[in-house]
Amino acid sequence: MVEIFERKATRFGFGKGLVELGKRDPNVFVLGADTISSVAINNFKEIFPDRFLNVGIAETNLLGMAAGLAIAGFIPFVSTYGVFVTGRPWEQIRTTICYSNLNVKIGGSHSGIMVGPDGATHQALEDIAIMRCIPRMKVIVPCDFIETKKAVIASAYVDGPVYIRYGRENTPIFTKNDSYFEIGKANTLRDGKDVAIMASGTMVYESLSAAEILEKKGIKVKVINIHTIKPIDEKAIINAAKECGAIVTAEEHQIYGGFGSAVAEVLCKNFPVPIEMIGINDRFGESDYGANLMKRYGLNDISIAEAVLKVLKRK
Amino acid sequence: MFLDLKTMCTRVRRDIIKMLGYANSGHPGGSLSSVELIVSLYFKHMKFNSRNPQDPKRDYFILSKGHACPALYAVLAHLKCFNIDELYTLRKTGSRLQGHPAKDRGLPGIEVSTGSLGYGLSVGVGIAVGMKQAKKSNKVYVLMGDGEQQEGSIWESVMAAAHFKLDNLCAIIDDNGLQIDGATKDIMNIEPLNSKYRAFGWNIIEINGHNLNEINNAYTKFKKEKNKPTVIIAKTIKGKGIHYMENLTEWHGKVPSKELIIKALKEIEVSSSMK
Repeated sequence: MVEIFERKATRFGFGKGLVELGKRDPNVFVLGADTISSVAINNFKEIFPDRFLNVGIAETNLLGMAAGLAIAGFIPFVSTYGVFVTGRPWEQIRTTICYSNLNVKIGGSHSGIMVGPDGATHQALEDIAIMRCIPRMKVIVPCDFIETKKAVIASAYVDGPVYIRYGRENTPIFTKNDSYFEIGKANTLRDGKDVAIMASGTMVYESLSAAEILEKKGIKVKVINIHTIKPIDEKAIINAAKECGAIVTAEEHQIYGGFGSAVAEVLCKNFPVPIEMIGINDRFGESDYGANLMKRYGLNDISIAEAVLKVLKRK
Repeated sequence: MFLDLKTMCTRVRRDIIKMLGYANSGHPGGSLSSVELIVSLYFKHMKFNSRNPQDPKRDYFILSKGHACPALYAVLAHLKCFNIDELYTLRKTGSRLQGHPAKDRGLPGIEVSTGSLGYGLSVGVGIAVGMKQAKKSNKVYVLMGDGEQQEGSIWESVMAAAHFKLDNLCAIIDDNGLQIDGATKDIMNIEPLNSKYRAFGWNIIEINGHNLNEINNAYTKFKKEKNKPTVIIAKTIKGKGIHYMENLTEWHGKVPSKELIIKALKEIEVSSSMK
């Protein structure tokens, strides 16, 4: 069994990271858009009320104001649901923030299909694709509560725009406070030479679990947590391809344009090996319990293990 | 004093025509309508140190109608932010003077990249909020077009500016009444602008946007305003100063022929010698 220390939503890691940053740095300013409790930025508001503003249900102004605060010398963090914070103000993010290279940090909460009963309108499944295609934007998808906290703190100290994707549902905590974290550096969580599973966000835990299933069949699986989707750790991907000769990617996001595509771009250019991709296959989500949806849409350890068996046949 | 500003406006108009002529592309109409509004601001009202354009004590200017950048570039050149010859690199390979303002090119005095309409005001709101939070007295000016008022994002920021009581924020509307496809009132009517802004809780000042006296009074009045953001609705003439361009929408994004450029420069010269 994969060791779990606790279950806690990554959104609380985001909120906790912000509070820590607020204590460290008087320039950290947080903006919300009417969803501040559900995206867990309300604690920052309580502790630092003079460095927090709620702009109401107005995402284009949310991102525009963040740009202004960055120009004024602050380190602005904005957050609301991932669909709304990346989709509606996409052009503000592209033209005002990234083209100007402004120091704005964007938190996309409620990511993935796990959001469940609210249905497709609220399930961010395209955010990685539309953020990673913008020049200068960095994209981080942390795997658990602890890693999300680390990502928030680290993002404040890299210059320029960063998108951090996190979630609402409770998910396993399986990294530790002293686990290594550096933006742009992948972490190998388990070693194996038959196949490498590369995963981001919620699918990292599922991949570790898949590796245990496969271990019982005598298949040695390497599991790599690629929390930074841009800039992606090309070296780690190429080395794993050379060592294992087959790759499975796993993400809670559309396959087109997402994390799997990013890995495939690296492999095609440098060291092509067979690759299978686990993710949402060009369709919208729907209402149901998150766990049911993860299973129905093939976003769990069993689906990943099946993809491994499939890719091994192509090796 | 006004004579000096007037002379500067004439020089900026001449520069705009020459720059666009060399570039063989760009937006004369909306650049010419903005001249007095920008010149008065930079040469008389804004705290701006051209030797240190990033001075934390500066007032901020956001050109939301980014296509009018030739006017801003010319003003910045006359302030000696950069050499005036650089104006003629506009829109050319490797230039810091991009077709629309580009912050990442490092041209001194450009606060943010603009050009896609409807974004500037919320950036201004963010800066103004930041100044309030830091208890600083810097002012923030945002120049918009009238057609731009059709963008929904403008009204999100109009609402926010009043809600946050940003009396350090001054929006200026260069209301030349024309947009690419025709008259603003025919394409998508935005009037009455004054009562719209008033209903949102703004202080309204309506002026002739080519009358330097009225412009001066408007900026002065803004600086005394408390608790409310200010909008200066400036009636202007698209293509102002070049007879054959005035009030014609076709000169939004078209550059005159060589002959017409010479004609325009002559007209500017004659009008300046008459003053």
